[in-house]
Amino acid sequence: MTHFPLSKLSRRIFLFGLGAGFLATPVFALSEASAKTLVERAVADINAVIASGKSEGAMIRDFERIFQRYGDVPTIAISALGPPARSASAAQRSAFAQAFSGYMARKYGKRFRDFAGGRIEVKDTRKRSRLIEVRSIAYLPGQSPFNVTFLVSDRSGSDKFVNLLIEGVNLFQTEKVEIGAMLDRRGGNVDALIQDLRRAG
Amino acid sequence: MFTAAKPSITRIALLGAVVLVSACSTPSQPDGINDPFEQTNRQTHEFNRGVDRIVLRPTSNAYGTVVPERARNGIANFANTLNQPADVVNSLLQGRVENAGHSTFRFLVNAVFGLGGVLDPATDMGLEDRDTDFGETLYVWGVPEGVYGELPIVGPVTERHAAGKVVDLFTNPLSTVLEGPQAAAQTAANVASGFGTRYRLSDTIDSILYDSADSYAQARVIYLQNRRFKLGVDSSGTDLDPFEDPYDSLSPQ
Repeated sequence: MTHFPLSKLSRRIFLFGLGAGFLATPVFALSEASAKTLVERAVADINAVIASGKSEGAMIRDFERIFQRYGDVPTIAISALGPPARSASAAQRSAFAQAFSGYMARKYGKRFRDFAGGRIEVKDTRKRSRLIEVRSIAYLPGQSPFNVTFLVSDRSGSDKFVNLLIEGVNLFQTEKVEIGAMLDRRGGNVDALIQDLRRAG
Repeated sequence: MFTAAKPSITRIALLGAVVLVSACSTPSQPDGINDPFEQTNRQTHEFNRGVDRIVLRPTSNAYGTVVPERARNGIANFANTLNQPADVVNSLLQGRVENAGHSTFRFLVNAVFGLGGVLDPATDMGLEDRDTDFGETLYVWGVPEGVYGELPIVGPVTERHAAGKVVDLFTNPLSTVLEGPQAAAQTAANVASGFGTRYRLSDTIDSILYDSADSYAQARVIYLQNRRFKLGVDSSGTDLDPFEDPYDSLSPQ
């Protein structure tokens, strides 16, 4: 995009006015830059775990901590549960979120081993209504590079991941389908689903 | 060499594709998944799982264990190089002239400087693989996606993708030129490359096919998301909208 100097200037004046107006009120302003920083920090943490050479069990526990630090796990979990979450009790919702977090760490923690010796390069960021899309490319040894996209939101009160897309495959919608199938198998019983989830992955 | 028989096969294939495509007129459902033949598809899925368990998985594991990684990469590169002319044809049919030039250079660089395509110096020069197919060409031409289905051996497809796959058997200009042992080598490289992919993605494919609660539904949602991403289809507003905001679904509407 090209801007004429005048529009650049007026934009600056506008932004200055906006900034002055907000000086008194503390706001969480999710910027594309902060979303990018979040992704870069998470990628660095994941790389450190892969390089640590710990046992698989220890690595999966580390991944779960990373998942909880950088992701809004309760929101992701409840959104993956879908409509049944509305009729679930608060205790069921929190038990489900906890079981879901462990399940995700076990299921995808094993996959992260494939990233050993690889790297993720952040390419660019875009605003998608209230989400920020951080697009990156993963380079793994002996494989064609592929697209990895992180979706970041600050609606929980701080910048957190809410979704991950690998070559367009959306992690949380895919898990929504899987959780739905697990729930169907249990005749819609959320407590039985939580039990299953604690062992799955 | 150019033979009289092949163009007529191509014409028949194109005709078949057009007939198939004209059957794709069912509008897609707002939920993003249009699968009216689910029961039949599920039976085919069980058949495919059996084929994978008995043939594909063990063969791929043997291939991955016996053939060293460098040789496997060489075979995959070779198969990829031989498919570049088909990418060029499809890019031209799509009006994507830049991609056609890109794939032409990729083909030449790897054929000349990559020991006939066994190595891939092109990617390091910025000429990465821009894989396309006739299904994508049909998308560019405005053909609708059609219904979802799972075909024996082939796996998950949309009607449009299936029609494209039929034409893909005939769109590679190299296949018209290659004859006898050369043509057999191309087919062998493609098959071996497929086993290599099954081996490389073994953990992921096993987890989808054998560990998930409903492997049919998993394969379907993963395929549709990936295919639409590859084609650049806008899925916003459907159940498969990748930019759906989870906070929106949490608050009462």
